[in-house]
Amino acid sequence: MNFLTLTNISKTFGNTVAVKDFNIVVEKGEFVSFLGPSGCGKTTTLRMIAGFELPTTGQIVLDGEDITFTPPNRRNVGMVFQSYALFPNLTVAQNIGFGLRVRKMPVQEIDQRVKEMLSLIHLQQFGHRYPYQLSGGQQQRVALARALAIRPRVLLLDEPLSALDAKIRVELRSEIRRIQQQLGITTIYVTHDQEEALSLSDRVVVMKDGLIEQIGTPFEIYNFPQTPFVASFVGTLNVLRAKVLDADKGLLSLEGQTFYSSEPLKQVRNGDVVSVAVRPEIITLVGGGAELNQLNCRVETVTFLGSIVRIQVRIAETMLFFDTFNNPHLVLPQVGAPVTIYFPREACLILELTRE
Amino acid sequence: MRKSRLWSWFWIFIGTLYFVVPLLATFEFSLRARKGTLSFLAYERVFKDPAFWKSFGFSLELAVFTVIISVLLIVPTAYWIRLRLPQLRGAVEFITMLPFVIPAIVLVFGLIRVFSGPPLPLTDTYFGTTALLVAGYVVLALPYMYRSIDIGLAAIDVRTLTEAAQSLGAGWGTILFKIVFPNLRVAILSGSFLTLAIVMGEFTMASFLVGIKAFGPYMSLIGQNKTYESSSLAIISFILTWAFIGLIQLLTRGRAEGQMAGAR
Ligand SMILES: Nc1ncnc2c1ncn2[C@@H]1O[C@H](COP(=O)(O)OP(=O)(O)O)[C@@H](O)[C@H]1O
Ligand SMILES: [Mg+2]
Repeated sequence: MNFLTLTNISKTFGNTVAVKDFNIVVEKGEFVSFLGPSGCGKTTTLRMIAGFELPTTGQIVLDGEDITFTPPNRRNVGMVFQSYALFPNLTVAQNIGFGLRVRKMPVQEIDQRVKEMLSLIHLQQFGHRYPYQLSGGQQQRVALARALAIRPRVLLLDEPLSALDAKIRVELRSEIRRIQQQLGITTIYVTHDQEEALSLSDRVVVMKDGLIEQIGTPFEIYNFPQTPFVASFVGTLNVLRAKVLDADKGLLSLEGQTFYSSEPLKQVRNGDVVSVAVRPEIITLVGGGAELNQLNCRVETVTFLGSIVRIQVRIAETMLFFDTFNNPHLVLPQVGAPVTIYFPREACLILELTRE
Repeated sequence: MRKSRLWSWFWIFIGTLYFVVPLLATFEFSLRARKGTLSFLAYERVFKDPAFWKSFGFSLELAVFTVIISVLLIVPTAYWIRLRLPQLRGAVEFITMLPFVIPAIVLVFGLIRVFSGPPLPLTDTYFGTTALLVAGYVVLALPYMYRSIDIGLAAIDVRTLTEAAQSLGAGWGTILFKIVFPNLRVAILSGSFLTLAIVMGEFTMASFLVGIKAFGPYMSLIGQNKTYESSSLAIISFILTWAFIGLIQLLTRGRAEGQMAGAR
């Protein structure tokens, strides 16, 4: 079911093209994140859905209604801002009830709804407080309740956790997901934090320079990035500069050692140098068999991080790192010792090529 | 450490003397209306003079109208400039400063010239003249009112608050009266107080447009003719001023603290 559709949306500010040819179909109840570096047009796209900006071209259809040029106060769309934007002159309860009072809902129903919302965000005792008497995390929860109180058709969140401490951020993140699931509300979430996008979303839209790079589930985005940008922006990577020995077989060479990519290399000639990305979590110290690539290297650093141990190794000028889970029986490699690392062929993501 | 503290106290002492001595002297003088003893005779005379109450009430009315019109004019303007026309801020600030540059006498002559004949002969009627005076006062109050309101607007994130209200379904009226005005309470109050003080003591425009009916010209007349009463008037207006300040402090304290804490 197409609940929210953005068709050929673009937005230009003077000479700046903020968003180019943006297309997406969002299902009812879906949680979609816009992920990308700062300035890639996430906020602008969200603000066009909210009605704060008008698209230069394109159409926005919500629940069968063309809302492209509908004023923001007639869209019935909930918005949560990075800066909370609670009304300082109103109490928590009045903030949450604001949209209902605007709608001239009877006072008793407003009180009822406000109560529901306060218990939804676990702040039952805080209705009479003023925003300045709350912590940042509490304020943002109130902002969420305020946006949800009007029963919006879509919930829009623009980097709602960026102003909070790391610990609160993770807490509130799962809170947002819980509430979204509980209410089944269609949600668009803007963030530059890949961990947030991956952990929260049904689907992620990765953006760069106003363009969509890839739309997919967190699993697809992470494991099957379609562009080098997606591969490097989502998750962490080891990048190897390898020479193509046999493009048809996917045979590559790094500092005199050879390894394979899972598929034949397209648009590449023998002798080209390509950037190959390998995710750190796929590399292991134990293995064998012809199916696994193996590379001999020297241990550079071993960092104990508690639940995991991060090991950095060197192959001539190339540095790689990978993590192993900690356990009391683990024999940590010694710095300077030679080790062999293993990774499967399909773990190699070809990022870009440079022809010499 | 101890020495510097001593110096601080010394300067505070000097400063206090500078303000308090003339005040005490004036006060003491105002008590000498009856020969040989100290008495409140001068105050009695002032309060018994119906012209005092009439001119005071008249100017207070003018002040209240000036405040209402200024606030209704300036709050939406300053808000809109911050929200949609930030590039105009410099120009508007310059315009609001003009009353500092153009003397009141020039302003009042200009007003009389323009409005004493067609198409808008305002000075022909009592109401017209009074309205003209209020209009002039709105201009005089502009720098103070605009400043305090603009500073008040800077303290809140009007843009995001406006958008938050819009997304909740609010129209411009609701946003202005439920969000913008209440959050500018402190700023509006302090601007209003300054306006009140200016209008109550204003002499030039009042004397040309309405004369002795207004408080400023009345005070000046008393000052010329009645020695002791003029001193007592000075003391009375001083006490009034401080009472206003105290009142504002009382009204705004809670909120000001709240905003401080909110701006963490
Ligand atoms: N009101 C505006 N006027 C001019 N340029 C803008 C405006 N809003 C955004 N931009 C530009 O559009 C681009 C995208 O901005 P934005 O959507 O805020 O990015 P993001 O939210 O992904 O960081 C940026 O280059 C930004 O400078
Ligand atoms: Mg942004």
